[in-house]
Amino acid sequence: MRFIFKTKYSQDINIAKHNGDRFWYSLLILIMVALPLVLDDFYLGEISYICILSIAGIGLMILSGYTGLASLGHAAFLGVGAYTHAFLLTNGIPFYASIPIVIVVSFLVGAAIGIPILRLTGMYLAIATLALGFIAEHVFIKWEHFTGGNRGLPVPQPEFLGMSFYDSVFFYYVCLVFLIAAMFAAINILRSPTGRAFVAIRDSEIAAQSLGVNLGLYKALSFAISGAFTGLAGALLAHYIGYLAPDIFNIFLSLTLLLLIVVGGMGSLHGTVFGAIFVGFLPQLIAICRDYLPSSIGSQPGLEPMLFGLILVFFILYEPLGIYGRWMKIKLFFELFPTYKRQTFKKQKVFTKSDRV
Amino acid sequence: MQLIQLIIDGVASGCIYGLVALGFVLIYKATETINFAQGDILMLGAFVAYSLIGIIGMDYLTGFALTVLIIAVFGFFLDAVVVRQIIGQPAFATVMLTIGLGFIFRGFASIYWGTDIFSFSTPFSGKITEFNGLIISYVNLSIIVGTAILMSALYFFFTFSKIGVAMRASSENQLAAYYMGIPVKFIFSLIWSISAGVAAVAGVLLAPITLVDTSISLIGLKAFAAAVLGGFGSIPGAIVGGIIIGIVEQLCGTYENYLFEGVREISAYLVLILTLIIYPRGLFSDKAEVKKV
Repeated sequence: MRFIFKTKYSQDINIAKHNGDRFWYSLLILIMVALPLVLDDFYLGEISYICILSIAGIGLMILSGYTGLASLGHAAFLGVGAYTHAFLLTNGIPFYASIPIVIVVSFLVGAAIGIPILRLTGMYLAIATLALGFIAEHVFIKWEHFTGGNRGLPVPQPEFLGMSFYDSVFFYYVCLVFLIAAMFAAINILRSPTGRAFVAIRDSEIAAQSLGVNLGLYKALSFAISGAFTGLAGALLAHYIGYLAPDIFNIFLSLTLLLLIVVGGMGSLHGTVFGAIFVGFLPQLIAICRDYLPSSIGSQPGLEPMLFGLILVFFILYEPLGIYGRWMKIKLFFELFPTYKRQTFKKQKVFTKSDRV
Repeated sequence: MQLIQLIIDGVASGCIYGLVALGFVLIYKATETINFAQGDILMLGAFVAYSLIGIIGMDYLTGFALTVLIIAVFGFFLDAVVVRQIIGQPAFATVMLTIGLGFIFRGFASIYWGTDIFSFSTPFSGKITEFNGLIISYVNLSIIVGTAILMSALYFFFTFSKIGVAMRASSENQLAAYYMGIPVKFIFSLIWSISAGVAAVAGVLLAPITLVDTSISLIGLKAFAAAVLGGFGSIPGAIVGGIIIGIVEQLCGTYENYLFEGVREISAYLVLILTLIIYPRGLFSDKAEVKKV
């Protein structure tokens, strides 16, 4: 067990709580930087994809995990980011200028969506975002001038810093840099007054309001920030896919993002990375499952949604804190060994809170 | 004349939306959770009916009744075994849980029945009747009549039967109902089973129109529009909302040229968003159930 003896106020808000943290996270970054020496192109592509998923996960985590607003249509933001980026690149805007524009556009789209549906809470919000996701998918199909419609839109792969995006090592480094930058941005947003206000809204709207948090403003801000992160992920995703078709950004992608944050662990930024690793390797996992099952079941196309649903249900029922929660329990077990008590993480008995007035 | 014809077609498809929305409303009124898997239960109903009528070769009405019974029992245990466990957790958890359940049902259906499109013969298939120049197909007629019968049955059940009154009491106030000796948990499971049964009815009635495959579960999403438009806590509201959505969809499809291309597919969602923004209480809500910021 480690006791941190605090002698300065700044220790409370430091990003790294102690030297152990500093050591392990630096080591992790070093390993990530050195990975291209060991891995071949296929695995680098997979890890780039995981980085992209993590960035999108950070976006959704800020909205759902920290502000407590469910969104079932987050693929729309990925789509906005991806199409804006591809459109700008096609019209000759260089990469370094396009990314900031994408972030600003997604931020504004997030705010534009957030403001009209601010008044909704809980279930109503989930339904509204679900409908918005469908409408967005439809707009991507019908707005052919901008998106190429069902024919799709090829994504130009421009030169950047003298390197091409076709080079998987270079693309990996781009994704990694953006992930680390996004992570730092998210950590800093969340320990600022804005982030504290988000968490306050999640835990109790009434309490937050009485302490002077402007609910409407901060909810819209949460949508906008979430949209900006997800839009950035969308821009990178456009490079990863190479050819945009509107049916990529369907409800299944939105639900995959939700699965990501639930499996990773609601309300933790670590969770986004854990969840992204899980979701990124899920197709491989399913492929392995197929081999072990009898061929009459294993070759069925329905296996994928079924496993998807089973994983979701099992995590909600038995590990609501996700992989990160499980990791905390294991860590605490070794820190407290042999005095770990199972009751530490026991679920509190709660009563249904009524929405009715 | 064309307008009336369109409205009749719209009412028929609207009745289906209304029935699914009715399932949402029943569960929401009682437990304040929303069952996102309602459309998938409808799909299961259609598939079970296909098995009983199309494969085993049962009589249509017997197969219909047996399907509803099977799905209702299924709904009962769905609540008793799975959903009850997360009562009291944030709304988000229920949303995710029922979405996950929906995926399991859809995956199961495509593994067990396959991904082909099926149909089974009903006494209504292919027959039409003419009335003053209006063409009404027997299938549409069966949907409208079936909905009307089901609605009156539910009305009498909730008004006069002891269990129905107990259900209304548990919806109003769980704790008070419990003190009065009503087994609230059992009643909730029963409400889930009624709601699943209603979805199964909708599924079987719908089967001759859309045929049976896994994509019909998407109707559940359009039914949200119906439920929200009707005010989420109101049973007649759900049906009226569904009929309005059905008519709007038909009209948008026909007059697409005057609006914009592809408006039909998203008209239900547009109505949903507009309702939520402009009048989130819905048409029939008896009290303000949506909290405002």
